[in-house]
Amino acid sequence: MEHYTMNLKLKVWRQKNAKSSGGFESYDVSNISSEMSFLEMFDVLNERLIREGKEPIAFDHDCREGICGMCSMYINGKAHGPWQGTTTCQLHMRAFKDGDTIVVEPWRANAFPVIKDLMVDRTAFDRIIQAGGYISVNTGNAVDANAIPIEKDKADSSFAAAACIGCGACVAACKNSSAMLFVSAKVSHLALLPQGAPERKTRVLDMIAQMDKEGFGSCTNTGACEAVCPKEISLTNIARLNGEYLTAGLTVDK
Amino acid sequence: MGLTGIFLILFLVVHVGLNACIFATIFNEDDHGQMFNKAAHFMGSNWVPRLLEIGLFVGIFLHIIQGLMLEFQNRGKRSVKYEVSFGNRGSKWYSRSMGLLGTILLIFFIIHWKQFWIPSRFTGVEETTIDGKQMHDLFSLMKETFAEPWVVIVYVLACISLAYHLLHGFQSAFRTIGVRNNRYLKLVNGLGVGFSIIVPLLFALMPVSMYFGWVN
Repeated sequence: MEHYTMNLKLKVWRQKNAKSSGGFESYDVSNISSEMSFLEMFDVLNERLIREGKEPIAFDHDCREGICGMCSMYINGKAHGPWQGTTTCQLHMRAFKDGDTIVVEPWRANAFPVIKDLMVDRTAFDRIIQAGGYISVNTGNAVDANAIPIEKDKADSSFAAAACIGCGACVAACKNSSAMLFVSAKVSHLALLPQGAPERKTRVLDMIAQMDKEGFGSCTNTGACEAVCPKEISLTNIARLNGEYLTAGLTVDK
Repeated sequence: MGLTGIFLILFLVVHVGLNACIFATIFNEDDHGQMFNKAAHFMGSNWVPRLLEIGLFVGIFLHIIQGLMLEFQNRGKRSVKYEVSFGNRGSKWYSRSMGLLGTILLIFFIIHWKQFWIPSRFTGVEETTIDGKQMHDLFSLMKETFAEPWVVIVYVLACISLAYHLLHGFQSAFRTIGVRNNRYLKLVNGLGVGFSIIVPLLFALMPVSMYFGWVN
């Protein structure tokens, strides 16, 4: 692909802290290479802001290779930007043209309060995982990998669900700010495997109870979550979660 | 929401089936709405449909309450809105507008109950005698009601709302109860699209055909 440079106008959400109200600020960035990643473009801008003695834009990032789930920008009205199945850090500037205006916002959901600028507090997801995203295993030596037979289709579906990186794009895109795609991926991942069987019923009930407690909305199956998920987690997981929840609710012993 | 939705979908089958009896006049010149009146008389006089009617009102009431709660609770989950919205890129407009479509349907139901259900159950409808039995002449009431163009327009608009409400609701209801098997999901989706087109279309044809005198 041909390399080119571009000048862009950025409209970025700036917010001092969780308590202040915040607003948009515009920045002109020039000589941006089409081979830069979106976050590298922000690095260039931040270095300039530091040189000018201004406060750099705070944003979440860690691995920058699409697996940690830290980056979380809402770019031009779409979580993680215009590319399908891509995290913000893997989005490259060749997705944009010279002269484009790019609007960058943080995830918007009451369950994900803004900490600063583009950073949001996603610890609600950690608490949902703590509520049931674990399995019971015997201590001692690790069991041989092939000791427990698992049907290939189930292993594949479980693996696909386990690809969820917990970035929260599903919540950001959902009109209801629902976390159902995330929870369904975590529940499906373990419910499909024999290792997940001991806590299968309590897991789904506890994780959903925690999800409601955190203030996420309810799922209405619109499908926006699936459309933005950088790991392309399927909506089928939500149907599985609903089935698991119904069965567990009717048959759990406690 | 899903369970009450499926219950109401089943009711629509009964409702559209019985009402479609008005089309008997097209195929049989001597019918004069008798088949429809007899069907309506059975529904009104037999205790089984009357008992089911109570269930229907419970179902519809629950569906409305659940729907309103869902809509308003979900609206409160994002206090600061986005500057640029995601729009139609990830979901269909009707999937996001179930609350609005449902509200249009509720307003329509109030008009519909006032025009047909309340007269038939409480305030009285002109009677006719078919096969020696006295019964409500609902067919004539329909003809009278659908002589007004605004009523026909309201009914057709309500049917369009119903079509879009079902287009999302049908498949969503099955997802809610956990249907995920690929083969059945395809069947449900196909059935849902067919149902969402055929049932509202049949309903819409009723006032339209009465207005234009296709049914007499």
